Amino acid sequence: MKKTFLLLLIGVVGCLSATAQSRGGLCINEVMVGNENSVVDDYGERNAWVELFNSTYAPLEISSVYITTEKIAPGDTINRAIAYAVPLGDVNTRIPKRQHIIFWADNKPTRGTFHTNFQFTLGEENYIAVYDADRKTLIDAIVIPAELKAGESYARKVDGVGGINVAEAWEIRNGEIVDGVEKYITPSSNNVIKDTNTKVETFHKLDKSGVALTVMAMAIVFSALLVLCLCFMVISKFGARINRTNKIKSQGLAPKEVATKDLPEHDSGEVIAAITMALHEHLNAHDTEQTILTINKVKKAYSPWSSKIYSMRDLPKR
Amino acid sequence: MAAESSLSDFLISNLTEFWQLTGFYNATWQHFVMLAVGIFFMYLAIKKNFEPMLLVPIGFGILIGNIPFNTAAGLEIGIYEQGSVLNILYNGVSAGWYPPLIFLGIGAMTDFSALIANPKLLLVGAAAQFGIFGAYMVACALGFMPDQAGAIAIIGGADGPTAIFLSSKLAPNLMGAIAVSAYSYMALVPVIQPPIMKLLTTRKERLIKMKPARAVSQNEKIIFPVVGMLLTCFVVPSALPLLGMLFFGNLLRECGVTTRLAKTASNALTDIVTILLGMTVGASTQATTFLTKETIFIFALGFMAFIIASASGVAFVKLFNLILPKSKKINPLIGNAGVSAVPMSARISNNLGLQYDPSNYLLMHAMGPNVAGVIGSATAAGVLLGFLA
Repeated sequence: MKKTFLLLLIGVVGCLSATAQSRGGLCINEVMVGNENSVVDDYGERNAWVELFNSTYAPLEISSVYITTEKIAPGDTINRAIAYAVPLGDVNTRIPKRQHIIFWADNKPTRGTFHTNFQFTLGEENYIAVYDADRKTLIDAIVIPAELKAGESYARKVDGVGGINVAEAWEIRNGEIVDGVEKYITPSSNNVIKDTNTKVETFHKLDKSGVALTVMAMAIVFSALLVLCLCFMVISKFGARINRTNKIKSQGLAPKEVATKDLPEHDSGEVIAAITMALHEHLNAHDTEQTILTINKVKKAYSPWSSKIYSMRDLPKR
Repeated sequence: MAAESSLSDFLISNLTEFWQLTGFYNATWQHFVMLAVGIFFMYLAIKKNFEPMLLVPIGFGILIGNIPFNTAAGLEIGIYEQGSVLNILYNGVSAGWYPPLIFLGIGAMTDFSALIANPKLLLVGAAAQFGIFGAYMVACALGFMPDQAGAIAIIGGADGPTAIFLSSKLAPNLMGAIAVSAYSYMALVPVIQPPIMKLLTTRKERLIKMKPARAVSQNEKIIFPVVGMLLTCFVVPSALPLLGMLFFGNLLRECGVTTRLAKTASNALTDIVTILLGMTVGASTQATTFLTKETIFIFALGFMAFIIASASGVAFVKLFNLILPKSKKINPLIGNAGVSAVPMSARISNNLGLQYDPSNYLLMHAMGPNVAGVIGSATAAGVLLGFLA
């Protein structure tokens, strides 16, 4: 009964953990409301677009998520008739790790998976949100400012960075140079284009000799192993105490009756081997042994791979 | 007559075309150098018994990887040609999933009792990792970028799978040279380490007898992989693939209820992965990419890293002895075992100890720092990965 309950518990925990993987890594990354000179869709038309980004390092299936312009209170459910449900059955709705996908806000959902059922209004504040399949769980949302002009995009400063509807993490981009950095409009690609590994560059610049990394790394390696060492010193102390208690109990004595100094903390393997050898020599005594040490050649033709017993399940015990 | 002429033309043109596909037509002197290297590795393994389990697959892999062929013919046979059989097998190296499987096997075949009985030996394993970072500094001075320097320096950990794992992440272009260098020096441990150990120790120190390690209970052996994994991976999560598999393998061995799994992990699985890993690493050393100035630097730096690692292990034990009570002094001959060439470097400690005192068996004591070295080098790899990837 106890065993069945435990197995049931394990099953429930397993199921819960299996459903725990969400689509929280999906985010709205860049939006263009008035498309004058940016990308064209597969019908050769320039329409407003929304770029979604998989910020995780694993592929993300986004079919059945809802993209909507409807603003609702937390806990409410979005209107299915207004929202655009990303269709099932399209292999392109699986976004690879750290990659982007574009949806066209053209109100022409019959044109394909990536054409939504809504449009934006230029010159007005627009709102866009992505909800999970339950239509309640908000994945990401952003308010697009009214001052966004045609030919401009509203994008996260760094791909996938910043929370839900945090205006500080976003900026308007129009291809102009700001503080020496050109603010590209980047549909279907990274908002920040990395051409080098900044960590490596920083170490190369600030720690040319490698001394700083050496000091830090050795300190970390030492700390990790020191913590393990201290931990096992404590565990071994407890282990020794438990062993001693068990030994005293097995001898039928109360702990106080035995002076600690009379009992060795541990019997070394050598001592045990010597006692065993002496007993064997003197009494020719044997207990039940699974293994026999011998100098004779033993041929063992048996292999568990060919044994039927390992491919059979235990019969249930009643 | 005309028909005979066209038939002979046809035969000649086909034979010419075939000749252009052969190894003889496409061979360069670099190919022959690499073939000689492969044969030399096999000679060391078969005749000199230097790490045959590693050097035979690597040596033969070098032969496989250096058969000259016309790469423009699109035969899809080369290790770097996408979709070829060798390329599919090489994925375990390039994507880095062979090393964790090897670590699973190492965990399943390693008895951590010596370390659990005397946990302070973990620090010897940590000290020996200075070889890695000493080589890192020299590599930086030679002009390597930090990520490349880190990948090269890991050779000092004397741990082939770790070296492959880290170099596949930090410097995939140098991986062949790093892997061959790491395995070569691991095979040469019996030649490299004894002179360093003798140089750094006095006769009196070599005669230190250590107390026999206490018996370790099964509960402690079960707790060790669980606590070990949690603690080390919480500090260095980037070492998770290696340390996670190492400790998992050890738990399979020690828990007593998964004997079949432990046997498979330590025998069949490890053997299969070792064969594939060794052969594909060898085959990845194609003459065109291998025989470069960088390779010479890598071999030189690897050699230096090995020496620093062995020396720092021995020197650390000597320093440690200054604060230890007389009855608990450690024989510095086990310091070299802090590099993780398991169990070769522990055997060297034992052999050298026996040379000076035929009753001084150091093997079990040296196994402590030796397995600590495995944990230490995987941790060091995780640290480098965290800083530089």
